[in-house]
Amino acid sequence: MNYTWNWGIFFEPSPEGTGTYADMLLSGLLWTILTALASWAIAFCLGSIVGVMRTLPSKAARGFGTAYVELFRNVPLLVQMFLWYFVLPELLLPAAGAWIKQLPNAPFYTAVICLGFFTAARVAEQVRAGIEALPRGQRLAGTAMGFTVAQTYRYVLLPNAYRIILPPMTSEFLNNLKNTSVALTIGLLELTARARSMQEFSFQVFEAFTAATLLYVLINVVVIVAATFLERSLTIPGQR
Amino acid sequence: MGLRDSLLPAALAAALAVAPAAAQELTGTLKKVKESGAITIGHRDSSVPFSYLDGSQKPVGYATEICLKIADAVKANLKLDKLEVKLVPVTSATRIPLIANGTIDLECGSTTNNADRQKQAGFTNTHFLTATRYVAKREKKLDTIADLKGRTVVSTSGTTNIRQINEANAARSMGLTILPAKDHAEAFLMVETGRADAFVMDDVLLASLVAGSKTPDAYAISSEALSKPEPYGIMLRKDDAPFKAVADAATAALYKSPEGKALYEKWFTQPIPPRGINLKLPMSEAMQKTFANPSDSPDPASY
Amino acid sequence: MFANLDFGVIVSSLPYLFGQGMVFTVTLTALAASMGVVLGTLLAILRLSGVPGVSHLAKGYVELMRSLPLVLVIFWFYFLVPYIGAWVVRSPTPIQVGAFASALVTFTLFEAAFFAEIMRAGIQSIPKGQTAAALALGMTRAQVMRTVVLPQAFRNMLPLLLTQTIILFQDTSLVYVLSLTDFLGAASKVAQRDGRLVEMYLFAAVVYFLICFTASSLVRRLHSRVAIIR
Repeated sequence: MNYTWNWGIFFEPSPEGTGTYADMLLSGLLWTILTALASWAIAFCLGSIVGVMRTLPSKAARGFGTAYVELFRNVPLLVQMFLWYFVLPELLLPAAGAWIKQLPNAPFYTAVICLGFFTAARVAEQVRAGIEALPRGQRLAGTAMGFTVAQTYRYVLLPNAYRIILPPMTSEFLNNLKNTSVALTIGLLELTARARSMQEFSFQVFEAFTAATLLYVLINVVVIVAATFLERSLTIPGQR
Repeated sequence: MGLRDSLLPAALAAALAVAPAAAQELTGTLKKVKESGAITIGHRDSSVPFSYLDGSQKPVGYATEICLKIADAVKANLKLDKLEVKLVPVTSATRIPLIANGTIDLECGSTTNNADRQKQAGFTNTHFLTATRYVAKREKKLDTIADLKGRTVVSTSGTTNIRQINEANAARSMGLTILPAKDHAEAFLMVETGRADAFVMDDVLLASLVAGSKTPDAYAISSEALSKPEPYGIMLRKDDAPFKAVADAATAALYKSPEGKALYEKWFTQPIPPRGINLKLPMSEAMQKTFANPSDSPDPASY
Repeated sequence: MFANLDFGVIVSSLPYLFGQGMVFTVTLTALAASMGVVLGTLLAILRLSGVPGVSHLAKGYVELMRSLPLVLVIFWFYFLVPYIGAWVVRSPTPIQVGAFASALVTFTLFEAAFFAEIMRAGIQSIPKGQTAAALALGMTRAQVMRTVVLPQAFRNMLPLLLTQTIILFQDTSLVYVLSLTDFLGAASKVAQRDGRLVEMYLFAAVVYFLICFTASSLVRRLHSRVAIIR
């Protein structure tokens, strides 16, 4: 194999002049985590709302929820990324479009919004499944107690549903984290993008990608461990 | 076996003296081409006019034609009746790994030949000289490198240009936001749609992107350059002397002949596909010298 | 705004978009899905085999693939496949692998991990009594797997396998990062050449939506049928 390994490459200065190649990858890791957390915040809130809407008695609410999920689930993420980044500013008033484009860190905000809306559709499906998995009696009991619909959800259905769907939500969180790499196509300097830049500057393809791989595996392990603790601390004593 | 071994040094000397390779033990790319009956050329999407896709999405361009000449020379050298030419799209970011891992045999585009890259790949004789500048909307009135201070600029990932702008940014602490784009078209698009203020690239590519845009008058190319004119070369695998010898001989012969000049004029001074744009870039003095004395030197000072 | 949009560019590039782009996307999806299901089933069987080294290896592979972003995996394999190929055929130099073949290997190996998880659930859903009964009848383990467990597992998991294939269909758009000409790649090449981003990306979104929505509606109908039979 005519490939020259050089594992010391990480400690050599990168041509960007701001540190070593290792610093470059770590800054990418930071952007990945930041994007994942910010977009997850949107996805969790919006997804919960849409998911709840799909279980409400109101036909209009259910219709809207279904339309949202179908729309965001049936268009590839990369296409959605392009729609937010390239298409949306052109469809707004020129002044508004120009303002969006001039934002500092525009790729970051675009990626956060795009991933937030995209993942919300998946979160909504989990929330709906969680609510539907509860015995019908819980909803009826809430009503019998004189709760309004909102109170039934707030105090009865959602606390139980979120506990049920914690494991699938963890994997949605991880999917969201992995999907941040798609944002490299709109110029977000996250981990995969940084690994690619490192490969281009140093020509050490395999070292760069190996490091990125290990970092991704590491984040996965951290998230899974954290989710296990969360699950344990949220278990209602005596249930199941 | 014994007889062959004793004859080997003599045969080797003879083979090195006479160019045709068919009789000798083939190695590297030539061997691969002989065995498979095919040569693979990496081409670009949007390196106008070097290597890009025309109206029917077929790869064309100045460097593409040079590569086809090299393929012809390889075919003649190996005495093949038929040589299949496969075309594979590459990007700035993928071209060097793909040369190294054998996916492509020749990369014809606008690849700067420098000492750093020579550690990874080989280059044939220089086919163009270009300096790094930037393009911006005329209304922004940007002209020197200092004008860029604090702005967002884009460059194509994997190019020498993005490296140069990164180095300049660090050296002069300019506070730039530097976005990497997948290819030149995407980078120019960032400037066109206002996502970036300037696109840092080889001036010839900028000129062709501007000429091909919807409103060529709306863009201005900086007068100050970030680098001296640097040589472009066709890239091939490193340490493959027999293949490089064939490619060097073919390109040298082409550049010295009137055909080379005609080829240059076809792509730089006449209307080119897909929309009949004329780049109007007659051959510079340095280019004329390079064509008269073909060289594969990576040193800008030698041109 | 909408006034200066030109949807004519879509009509004139239709043959390229579908003749080349969509053909690439569909071929890649179909081949990667069928090979991925086979490999995934194999991985699931190995993982459930209980043979110490083997089942850990299969588990490790599945977990690794599932923890990496597809974009990174695409880059990995694009540069790595020629070396792997060289190692497989014992060639001293990296062998040449075309862009399509490389993408096919990437998606097959990546999606196999996801298909493996589906098939594992499918195999585990078959009651243990069936296996015990078949073994009692004198069938070998391989026979039990082939004639009793897998046919039912496939049938039960068919909707999930098809849903995963729809996801795969969407994921193939990521070959964009390698400048390959899939449907989205073709659309973006036309978009950038003619400066018609808005029209082309909207059109691409509509086409993807129609195909995926129709396909997932069909899968849902199939799902309810399979459920009834069961």
